[in-house]
Amino acid sequence: MIVLGIESSAHTFGVGVVKDEEPYILADVRSVYTPKSGGIHPKEAVSYFIEKAPDTIVKALDEAGIAIDKVDAIAVTLGPGLGPCLRVGATIARALATYYGKPLIPVNHAVAHVEIGKLIFRFKDPLVVYLSGGNTLITSLSEGRYRIFGETLDISLGNFLDTLARELRLAPPYVVSGLHQIDRCAQEGRNFLDLPYVVKGQDVSFSGLLTAALKLYKTGKVNLPDLCYSVREIAYSAIVEISERGLAHTGKKEMLVVGGVASSPVLRSKLEAMASVRNVNLGIVPPKYAVDNGVMIAWTGLLMFKHNISVRPEEAYVKQRWKIDQVDILWAT
Amino acid sequence: MIKSIFCGPLKLIALGAEAALYRTCFEDLDALVKVRLPKPYRDPTLDKMLRSRRTELEGKILAELRLKGLKVPALYYVNLENALLIMEFIEGLTLRDLVFMKGGQVTKYFKYWGVFTALMHETGIVHGDLTTSNVIVKDEEIYVVDFGLAKYSNKVEDRATDIHLMIRAVESTHYTVKEALLKAFSEGYKEVLGEQTFKELLEKVKEIRMRGRYVEERRMRKNI
Repeated sequence: MIVLGIESSAHTFGVGVVKDEEPYILADVRSVYTPKSGGIHPKEAVSYFIEKAPDTIVKALDEAGIAIDKVDAIAVTLGPGLGPCLRVGATIARALATYYGKPLIPVNHAVAHVEIGKLIFRFKDPLVVYLSGGNTLITSLSEGRYRIFGETLDISLGNFLDTLARELRLAPPYVVSGLHQIDRCAQEGRNFLDLPYVVKGQDVSFSGLLTAALKLYKTGKVNLPDLCYSVREIAYSAIVEISERGLAHTGKKEMLVVGGVASSPVLRSKLEAMASVRNVNLGIVPPKYAVDNGVMIAWTGLLMFKHNISVRPEEAYVKQRWKIDQVDILWAT
Repeated sequence: MIKSIFCGPLKLIALGAEAALYRTCFEDLDALVKVRLPKPYRDPTLDKMLRSRRTELEGKILAELRLKGLKVPALYYVNLENALLIMEFIEGLTLRDLVFMKGGQVTKYFKYWGVFTALMHETGIVHGDLTTSNVIVKDEEIYVVDFGLAKYSNKVEDRATDIHLMIRAVESTHYTVKEALLKAFSEGYKEVLGEQTFKELLEKVKEIRMRGRYVEERRMRKNI
C-alpha cells in the first residue's frame, strides 16, 4: 500500500510518499516559505505554496519512482494550522483525489507529528511531550484518543523563549548555530536568581516568570547571563518535571519528544537525565522530522486508510483549531 | 544515618515524579517515608530551594488538615535538610484503580471526595494535584494523599484549578464513566459549600479551560 501525503499548515509545503513496509519512506520533498521579515504572512505563504505545489508533487513522485496511479490514497493535513495555508493543500488534495479517483484521507497535523515519531523509534505506546512553537503539552493514548495530561496554562515554551529574547534585545535572530539566544546568553550565567517556578499539577505556566524576569531586567541591577541562566533553568526544569509527572501518572515506559523546541541541547540533556533515572526509553525526534513535513502526513494517512478512514472530497473542510484529542486513534491500542 | 530512626527495613514502594516513597516502621507505627530526591537535571540551588520549600509546606498543610479532622495521613516527622517527611501509611486502593475495576459503581467515593475538597477549600488550602491517583479508599472511607503541590489559598482561581485537574483526570483516564463520577463529586462539594459557590467555581473552571489548549471552545464563544 502506498500513500501520498500533503502538508501545508504553516511555512512548509511538503509532499511525502510512504509504503506500509520497509523502507517505509519513499519520498520526502519540501518547499519552505521564509518570510522576509517578522512572522508568517499568510498571503505570501499561499502564493509561494501555489507556485511551488505542482513541482513539489512531481518531484516527490519521481523520488519515489512511481506514477500517481500506483498511489492507493491521498492524505492531507486538514488542521490545525493557518486557514489560508491549509486551504492550499486541501484544495490540491481534493482535486487529485477526485481527478484520479483515489480515496482522500483527512489527517490531523498534531497526530501526524506523534505517529512519525513512533515510526522512527518503533515506539508502541509512549508518553508524548509535544514542544512546538504553538504547543506545549503532554499527551498519551488512553481509551482510543491522545488525551492531554498536562500543558501550559498560558504561553508555550517556544513563545516564552522567543518573547523573552526579543524583550531582552537578544533577538532576532532567535536561533544562531542551532542554539536559542536564551541558551547562548545563559552560557555565561553562574548565579541562580529566585524567580517564579510555576507547576500546577501536571501543568506549567510561564507568564508569571516572563513578567518577573522582565521586571528584574528593567531594574538594571541584574547580570544578564545570570538572568538568562536562571530563567532557562526554571523553564526547562518545569517542562522536565511535568514530563516526569506524566510518566509517573501513566506508567508509560517510552517517552517521545516531538516538535522543534526540543532541539535545545540543554533541554535534551535534562530530559535524558530524567529518562535515565526513571529507566524510560527516550526518543527525541531528530530536527529533520521534528519540523513540518509531508512524510508524517502520508504515514498517518496510511495508518488511517488501513482502518478504512477516508473523507468525501466535498466534505473535506479545513479545521484550523482541530485538537489532538478530538481524533479517534483506531490503529493503536 | 537516616536509617537509625526506623524500626524496620525501608521498602521502596513508589518512585513518584518528585519523591521516592518507602514503607517502613517508625516508632512502632506503619509509616510512609517521603523523600524529595535531588534531581540531576536541575540547577543545585534551584533544586535545594524547591525540595526544601515544598517539604516544609507539605508538612504544614498535612498537620493543619489533620487538626481540622480531615482524612489525610498523620504527620510523624519532618527533616527539611534532607527534604524528608514521615507520615502514616494508608493501606488501600487508589480511586484510579477502583474506577478501572468497577467503572461507574464508585460514585459514592466521588461524593466523599467532593465533600473532602470543599472542606479543604473552606480551610484555605488547595491541593494542586487533585487526581484520582491521589485518593485512597480504605475501610469504605477516602483519604486524600500527596500534598506535594498544595498551598494556602482562598483564591477562586486556585480552587477552580483543583476542580479543573479533577475533571481532567476523570476525562483523560476514565472517559467512559465521566458524567456519573463528576455529578457525584459536585453533589458532595455542594453539600458543604452550597450550590452557588460551586456554580461560581465551575464558571472559573470554564475560563481556565478557555486558556491554553482549549482554544476551540474560546473560538466558538467568540463567534457567538
